[in-house]
Amino acid sequence: MSDTAFASRLPTALAATAEPAWVRRLLILTTLGLLGLLVLAPLAAVFAESLRNGIALAVASLGNRDALAAIRLTLIVAAVSVPMNAAAGIAAAWAITKFDWRGKALLITLIDLPFSVSPVVAGLCFVLLFGANSLIGGWLVAHGYPIVFALPGIVLATMFITFPFVARELIPVMTEQGRAEEEAALTLGASGWRMFLTVTLPNIRWALLYGVLLCNARAMGEFGAVAVVSGKIRGKTTTMPIMIEMLYNEYLSVAAFSMAALLAALALVTLTLKSALEWRYADQLAATHRH
Amino acid sequence: MRPLALPSPLPGLGLAMGITVTTLSLVVLLPIGALLLRGAAIGPAEILALLGRDRVQAALILSFRAALVAAAFNLVFGLALAWVLARYRFPGRRLVDAAVDLPFALPTAVAGIALTALYAPNGAFGRLLEPLGIKVAYSEAGIWIALIFVGLPFVVRSVQPVIEEIDREVEEASATLGASRARTFLRVILPMLVPALLTGFALALARSVGEYGSVIFIAGNLPMATEIAPLLIVIRLEEFDYDGAVAIALAMLGISFALLLAINLVQIWSRRRMGAV
Repeated sequence: MSDTAFASRLPTALAATAEPAWVRRLLILTTLGLLGLLVLAPLAAVFAESLRNGIALAVASLGNRDALAAIRLTLIVAAVSVPMNAAAGIAAAWAITKFDWRGKALLITLIDLPFSVSPVVAGLCFVLLFGANSLIGGWLVAHGYPIVFALPGIVLATMFITFPFVARELIPVMTEQGRAEEEAALTLGASGWRMFLTVTLPNIRWALLYGVLLCNARAMGEFGAVAVVSGKIRGKTTTMPIMIEMLYNEYLSVAAFSMAALLAALALVTLTLKSALEWRYADQLAATHRH
Repeated sequence: MRPLALPSPLPGLGLAMGITVTTLSLVVLLPIGALLLRGAAIGPAEILALLGRDRVQAALILSFRAALVAAAFNLVFGLALAWVLARYRFPGRRLVDAAVDLPFALPTAVAGIALTALYAPNGAFGRLLEPLGIKVAYSEAGIWIALIFVGLPFVVRSVQPVIEEIDREVEEASATLGASRARTFLRVILPMLVPALLTGFALALARSVGEYGSVIFIAGNLPMATEIAPLLIVIRLEEFDYDGAVAIALAMLGISFALLLAINLVQIWSRRRMGAV
């Protein structure tokens, strides 16, 4: 056991590199108190407000036609956009980490770009590109394929917002893993696909799952970009977050918070799985998590 | 000059690049291109005129100011929280660590209505604050609260890994040389955390400037007072005033790019500084 490992096992109060006990207690109490007020209280408020008039009413409010349509639409949007982004993320990480070529930094910057663009601006971009009075959009609408105010627009806007998640998680992990294992597989006669499926994919599975998890959480909860491209046609282009806004603005508080509670429950499941992955497979995930 | 791509025994560069570039173009680059193209068609003079309107200026300034306030709060609070999580052991630490990411996982619209329910005059917190004359919901303070919520994880997650990697021997050396704990923190530890702190601050700022979902419910959305820039884009679109929407969007894109550049410069600077040690 090294000296530092031993030192870290000493009671912290004895170490010269620790704060006085009262500072420690004060810091722990203030930060946890603030975290409770700022982050946990809103979460609790969602469930409390949805159960205000009893659980029966909360559940009933999720059972009507428009609410079910919103839930279905959100699931469809996630089911389309998340796998497509996962495929694009794997491809990008493969090209960036397994080969040497010029311009990598530019590609990484472009992949990260959606994180710094406002969701509303992203939505506006799609309206300008595919809206009925744009060049492409006009032609598509005339031929019966509307993008904006329809499912394809919602999927595209969601993909824009969630584009970086998978690639960001995979790139550091795959950089660290290098290429030796893949080269060995090829030397032993494996085909390209076989090498990918039996060597690369098992190596990156937990990092991939982690990225997909975050991507899915954001995809199901995206509001700003979808609000702009969806047109908010009730029962047709309203996803769960849009439905929450509509119900809330109509003063249907229990219904709005019940739908919100469903998404909050999803967020809790996401956090639990994410923590479980970090706890169990820390060594196979990106070392530092920047979002 | 280095060739464009070095030869590699691994297959699939063409396919992977094909998929990446196609998706990236369709999903990200073409849409942003459409915005820039539209901006070029409107012309710089007209865009400046559109941005010069009082209501637009008020909205842009509000979005930036509120984001700055929230990011500054998170800079201090995030550092304290990261320190507590990295250095102290207490029951429930893992749970708290997981809870820090809640703002990433909770949809913004959900956070928005939840915060409004809490801080509205008849809400659990609003009821306590109202007799004190403090109005949070439907005022700028409400926007700060929402943006603090949204930006909280950025500073914590940027700084926490750096604190965990600090070599304790440096602190021991400082203590041995007679520095007080406070002095060690300010003169030895804090300088090591500056790049990560700046990165987290800039990321939180970038996210907060463009934030929409969590803000619009609690803000009250009064023109010239509590109307944020992304909301004004939505309003312009609903009025079919595309040029007005594009002008604001371009201004916001400019702010985003400036912040992105700042983040990259900080990282280059810190790599150079750390490399020199």
